[in-house]
Amino acid sequence: MSESAVAHGAHGQHAKPSFISHYIFSLDHKMIGRQFLFVGLLMLMIGGILAMLVRWQLAWPESPVPGLGFISEPYIYPGPNGGGIIPPQTYNALFTMHATIMIFFVVMPIMVGTFGNFLIPLMIGAGDMAFPKLNMLSFWVGAISGVVMLSSFFVPGGPAAGGWTGYATLSAKAQYTGVEWGQHLWIIALMLNGVSSLMGAINYITTVVNMRAPGMGYFRMPLTVWSLFITAILLLLALPVLTAALAMLLFDRMAGTSFFLPEGGGEPLLWQHMFWFFGHPEVYILVLPAMGITSDLLSTFSRKPIFGYHAMAFSMIAIAGLSWIVWGHHMFISGMNPLLGTAFMMTTMVIAVPSAIKVFNWLGTLWGGSIRLTVPMLFALGFVSNFLIGGLSGIFMASTPVDIFIHDTYFIVAHFHYVVAGIIFALFAAVYYWFPKMFYRNMNQTLGKVHFVLTYIFFNGAFFPMHFLGVGGHMRRIYNPLQYEFITPMHDWNIFITWSALILGASQLFFLGNFFWSLFAGKKAEQNPWQANTLEWSAPTPAPHGNFLTTPTVYRGPYEYSSPEVTEDWLPQDKDIGASTAAKAH
Amino acid sequence: MATSSVAHKLDDVPPPAPRPELVGGGPPVRPNMPLLNNARLGVIMMLGAELMFFAGLIGAFLVFRLSAQVWPPPFQPRLPLGVTGVNTVILLFSALTVHWAVGAARVGQTAVLVRQLGFTAALGALFLAIQGYEWARMIHFGLTTSSSVYGGLFYTLIGAHGVHVIGGLIWLAVVYWQARRGRFSKKDFVGVQTTRMYWTFVVALWPVLYGLVYLY
Ligand SMILES: [Cu+2]
Repeated sequence: MSESAVAHGAHGQHAKPSFISHYIFSLDHKMIGRQFLFVGLLMLMIGGILAMLVRWQLAWPESPVPGLGFISEPYIYPGPNGGGIIPPQTYNALFTMHATIMIFFVVMPIMVGTFGNFLIPLMIGAGDMAFPKLNMLSFWVGAISGVVMLSSFFVPGGPAAGGWTGYATLSAKAQYTGVEWGQHLWIIALMLNGVSSLMGAINYITTVVNMRAPGMGYFRMPLTVWSLFITAILLLLALPVLTAALAMLLFDRMAGTSFFLPEGGGEPLLWQHMFWFFGHPEVYILVLPAMGITSDLLSTFSRKPIFGYHAMAFSMIAIAGLSWIVWGHHMFISGMNPLLGTAFMMTTMVIAVPSAIKVFNWLGTLWGGSIRLTVPMLFALGFVSNFLIGGLSGIFMASTPVDIFIHDTYFIVAHFHYVVAGIIFALFAAVYYWFPKMFYRNMNQTLGKVHFVLTYIFFNGAFFPMHFLGVGGHMRRIYNPLQYEFITPMHDWNIFITWSALILGASQLFFLGNFFWSLFAGKKAEQNPWQANTLEWSAPTPAPHGNFLTTPTVYRGPYEYSSPEVTEDWLPQDKDIGASTAAKAH
Repeated sequence: MATSSVAHKLDDVPPPAPRPELVGGGPPVRPNMPLLNNARLGVIMMLGAELMFFAGLIGAFLVFRLSAQVWPPPFQPRLPLGVTGVNTVILLFSALTVHWAVGAARVGQTAVLVRQLGFTAALGALFLAIQGYEWARMIHFGLTTSSSVYGGLFYTLIGAHGVHVIGGLIWLAVVYWQARRGRFSKKDFVGVQTTRMYWTFVVALWPVLYGLVYLY
C-alpha cells in the first residue's frame, strides 16, 4: 500500500502502483532484492542440473544419461530408451557453464544483490538506497546479462567451453574449443554482469557512507553491513580489471588483435595475470557477505554479543586488503619465477591469520551461549564447518611445493567447493532468517531441519572424498577418468561422490517446496520473530516504501544480547531505555 | 544514558512518535547530513572504477612495452607526435573551461555557465575530430589492430579513451541543455560539479596515455 509513496508524495499522487511499477520496474530496494533472489534461485537450479550432468559423466563415463536423448546430435549422442551420451566437447561446456553460472549468476546475485539490497538500508536505518534508479538499472542490466549467458546454450557450437577461467589461448581462438558465438556471448554477458555489479557497488558504498541513521556510527553497524560494504569496495576495484581483460579477449576473437595469442606476438600468461588479479578478490566478494551474515546469526542465536566485534571488522578489512597481492598463487605451475612464487606463497599464507581470527571469534561467540538451534543457526554452523575445512585445504594449495603436485587435480575442486559451494549454507541461513521480513511469513522449521540434515550430510559426501581423488592424481577437467589406469582403483569414490551429489540435488526440493509453499501459505510472521537487535526488525512487517515509521535513532551496537540493563535477553539498537527512565521519573 | 542499576522491561519503553511526513506517505528517509553529497560520492566511486579499468589496460601495455627490444616494432608506422601534442594542449585547455563553468555556476551567472560548457564541449569535439583524422591516416599507412600487438594496444588504449571522451560529450550536452533551461542555481549546481569531475578525469588521463603510448 504505502509503496505508492514512491517520492510522488509531494505531488499528492496516491494512486495504487501498477503491477509493472511494483513488481517489474520497482525502485524499492526491498523489491529489487526479491527480484535478485528469484533470478538467483532460478539460476541455482540450472547450475545445479549442469553439475549433475558433469557428475554423471565422471561416475559412469560415456553411458547414456536418462532423458537427455532429446538434444540433437553433435551436442548429445542418442542412447537407448531416450537416453543421451555426453560427448567431450559438451562436457567441457557443462563444467564451464556450471562454474560461470554458480559464481556470477547465483552467489553474486543472491549474496550481494539480494542481501545487499534488502539489508543495507534496513540495517542502517535508511529509507532506501542512495540511488534507487541506478539500483533498478543494476538489476535489469544483470537480468539482461543472464539472458545473454543463457542464450549461448542455443547458438550453433553451444556455450563457452574454455573453463570458467577462460584461459587464453583456449578462449582466444574459436578453433581450439570449436565454440564461436558461445564464447563471444560469454564475454559479453560477463562484461554486462560487471556493469551491473558496479552500479550496485556504487550504490552500496554511497548508501553506507551517507545514509546511516543518527547514532549509527561505523562501529555500530552489524557485521553483515560491514561485510557488504567491504565487498562493494572490492567489486568496485576488481571488476574493471576483468572488464579490461575481457575487452582484450573479445578483440582477439573479433577484431584481429593478438594480445593473448603467441603466433601474433601475444602473451597468454597476461590473461592469467589479469584474470586472477580480479579472480582472487572475487573469491572474497563471494565469501565476505557469507562471513558477515554468519557472524550476525551466531550472535543472535547464541544470545551473546559477538566475540571481538572490532577484530571481526578489521579482519575483514585485512582479508580485503591482502586479496590484492596474492593472485599469483593460482599460477604456481605457469612457469613463474620461483622467487616470485615464494613471495605469493608468503602473502597467501598471511591471509590465514585474519581468517583464523574469524573462525576463533565465531567459536568464542558460541562458547557459553544459550544456543538456539533454529534452521538459520544450523545453516550458519554448517557454513563455519565448511569454511574451516575449505580454509585448511587452502593452506595446502597455497604452499608451492605441495601445490606443484595437487595443482589442477580434484584437490582444488574439493577446496573451492568447500569455500564457494559452502557459501550456499550461509545463503540458506540468510533466506530462512530474513524470509519473515522479506515475505511476511515464516518458513516451515521442520522441513527446514530435514533440508539442513540432508544437505549437510550429502554436501560432505560429495566434496570430502574429492580430496582423496586429488591426492591420488585425478585431474580436474578430465572427460573420462577411466582412460588412466592409475585412477581406475579409485573409481568407486567417483561413483560415491556422484550418488551423494544426486541426493544433495534432490534434497534441495525440500527447500524449494518449503520456500514456495511458505510464500503463499506460511504462518504469518511477527515483526521480530527471532528477537534480534538489528534495525530491520524494528521496521514494521511488511515494511512500507521508506521502511521506517520514524527515523530510528541508534543508541548502541547490534549485539547487546543478554544485557543486564533489560529483563529480556535482547536489546534493540534503537530502544532508548534512558528516555523511559526519565519519563517515569517525571 | 542507561546507567541505572534497575533492569528495564522492553515493553515499558515508549515507542518513538511517528514521523509526520511518512504518515501521509512521503519521500524515503534521509536522516544523515553527509560531508559529500550522494551524487559527488557516487561519481568518485565511478571514477575509481574507471581508474582500475585503465590501470588494467596500461598494465597490459607495460607488459609488452617493457619486454620489447625494439619499440615501436620494425615496419610499423610511427605515431604523429606533433599533431597529437597540439591536440593534448587543446584537451588540457578544456579542463580550464569546465572549471570556469563551475565558477560561473557558483555565482549564478547562467550565461557564462552555458558559454563555458559550450566551449568545453567544442574543445572535446575538436580533440576527437583530430584524433579521428589521425586514425584514418594511420590505418592508411598500415597500422591496424591486426598488424601487430603494437597496433592492437594503440587502438585499444587510445580507443578506450576516445569512448570516454564521447561519453563526456554526451554528458556535457545534457548538462548544457539543462543549464540553458535554467536548471542550475547558486544553491544547486551539483550537476555541473559532477560534470567537471568526470571531464577532469578524462582530460587528466590523456597526458598519461600520450606519454606512454606516443612518447615512451
Ligand atoms: Cu586466489
